[in-house]
Amino acid sequence: MAHIKLGDNSLEKETTTLNLGPTHPATHGVFQNILELDGERIVSAQSTIGYIHRAFEKIAEHRPFYQITPLTDRLNYCSAPINNMGWHMTVEKLLGIQTPKRVDYMRIIAMELSRIADHLVCNSVIGVDSGAFTGFLYVFQKREDIYEIFEEICGSRLTTNMGRIGGFERDFNDIAIAKIKKFIAEFPDVMKEFENLFNRNRIFIDRCVGVTPVSAEKALSYSWTGPLLRSCGVDYDVRVAKPYCSYEEFEFEIPVGTTGDIYDRFLVRNEEMWQSLSIIKQALVKMENEPKGVFNAEVPDYCLPPKEDVYSSMESLIYHFKIVMGEVPVPKAEIYHSVEGGNGELGFYLITDGGRAPFRLHFRRPSFINYQAYTDIAKGGMISDAILAMSSLNVIAGELDA
Amino acid sequence: MAEVKMNNQAVLDKLQLKFADAIFNVSEPHDMLTLTTTKDKVIDVIQFLYNDEELKFRFLTDICGVHYPEQELALGVIYHLHSLTNNIRIRIKVFLPESTPRIKTLTGLFLGANWMERETYDFFGIIFEGHPDLRRILNVDDMVAFPMRKEFPLEDPNRTDKNDDYFGR
Repeated sequence: MAHIKLGDNSLEKETTTLNLGPTHPATHGVFQNILELDGERIVSAQSTIGYIHRAFEKIAEHRPFYQITPLTDRLNYCSAPINNMGWHMTVEKLLGIQTPKRVDYMRIIAMELSRIADHLVCNSVIGVDSGAFTGFLYVFQKREDIYEIFEEICGSRLTTNMGRIGGFERDFNDIAIAKIKKFIAEFPDVMKEFENLFNRNRIFIDRCVGVTPVSAEKALSYSWTGPLLRSCGVDYDVRVAKPYCSYEEFEFEIPVGTTGDIYDRFLVRNEEMWQSLSIIKQALVKMENEPKGVFNAEVPDYCLPPKEDVYSSMESLIYHFKIVMGEVPVPKAEIYHSVEGGNGELGFYLITDGGRAPFRLHFRRPSFINYQAYTDIAKGGMISDAILAMSSLNVIAGELDA
Repeated sequence: MAEVKMNNQAVLDKLQLKFADAIFNVSEPHDMLTLTTTKDKVIDVIQFLYNDEELKFRFLTDICGVHYPEQELALGVIYHLHSLTNNIRIRIKVFLPESTPRIKTLTGLFLGANWMERETYDFFGIIFEGHPDLRRILNVDDMVAFPMRKEFPLEDPNRTDKNDDYFGR
């Protein structure tokens, strides 16, 4: 059908402007996109971000190290432990602290559990947005199990503020270990069921295959990292390229896709969860071979003393006060440390000048960098595909807006 | 495969051969090659690193700003580049005067530079010449200050209920 041609002076336009967001139920967060639509087809789109900007980089310039950890929680809040540990490892690099092997394995367990939780949310939400609610409900039980493990490890669930400089505040207790083992035993069945619901589902495949494909060249030019880049066929993973936290000792594969469409992104994340599960199993075995009871490096100047001691001994109280107030020696340095976050390379660029707070701290936030390709890949497609594309990018508003 | 392992020294040698008078303050903090160049040369340097068949720095990890108020060239732009094939990173810094913080854009080489430069403009007021859409990105459009500059206060300076001396701020 031919379009009606409007005169040059007409007040009407040939396209419709639609404001998608900032609080649209289909966008899972505060995202605004102004779309120019020709029927249901997107002619052009413009993103507006920053609705929940909280000035983390500015705040960080006024806070000692431990008060920055809660800021990192609120970046990608779907996998907060990875952010916490990435930050603590950055500070350890600054201070030259060598962590015991057991601490590394404990950290890997926490980080890989959060990667699974992160990917479960993203992939099940792709299902929800394509009309399949069941998988979402099934896997959220497992996400709940992961959060219960976090509760045992550090006392909180979503914004975990987990760990200390040099390791952890306390050892994994027996309940935590039992819950991790239970999770390892139960997760494969749930994951298989989840994959059975989606991987060969005709409707799901029709909605995902060939939708918003991205070439490897374009993904690299957009500085994509994480599962998104790997779905385009580039096998870049920080855990392998620049191993941190003893990842070099572990056997795992980096899944890659070929076309970079929504289906590939989905499959890559699914496979990564299997790999994470395998890493957790290996880490648990390695952890049990290490001397028991070692859960942080011996760095009393930087690691907060146990709370019971703070109440009962003068020395611990002094250390506690000094560490919280940032009255500890800090070398002058410049550091870039990155970890493989839930949705890409999470980098911490830290400049210190010897003061109690960083001189400059910049977060390389994968959501921010990945999301700028969104208007580009959504252009020319249907509006319903754009919704699905947004969920498949796994953009977390907290990390996007810092 | 007879692959010559690239290292920082080899990268530096190549750069110094090509841009002898524009590379200074070379250091290696925590094994990352760090150097400073001038605002006129920076795009050429990055283009050279990108094009060189051995170096292949074809991944832009990040662009961010920094502010050293006591320096003559107070505003810095810091580029982190990554050669995925050689698996090495490089950090390139450029310093600009506060009076004319202008530098050429990198958007012609990397699509991803777009928002990174917008963020740097938004927080430091550094103007990237030739950028297709240089607007604020995280702060509100009608903001007049550049909040990551050091003189910008974290909190309302007129507050009287808090004595910052006790908090080390």
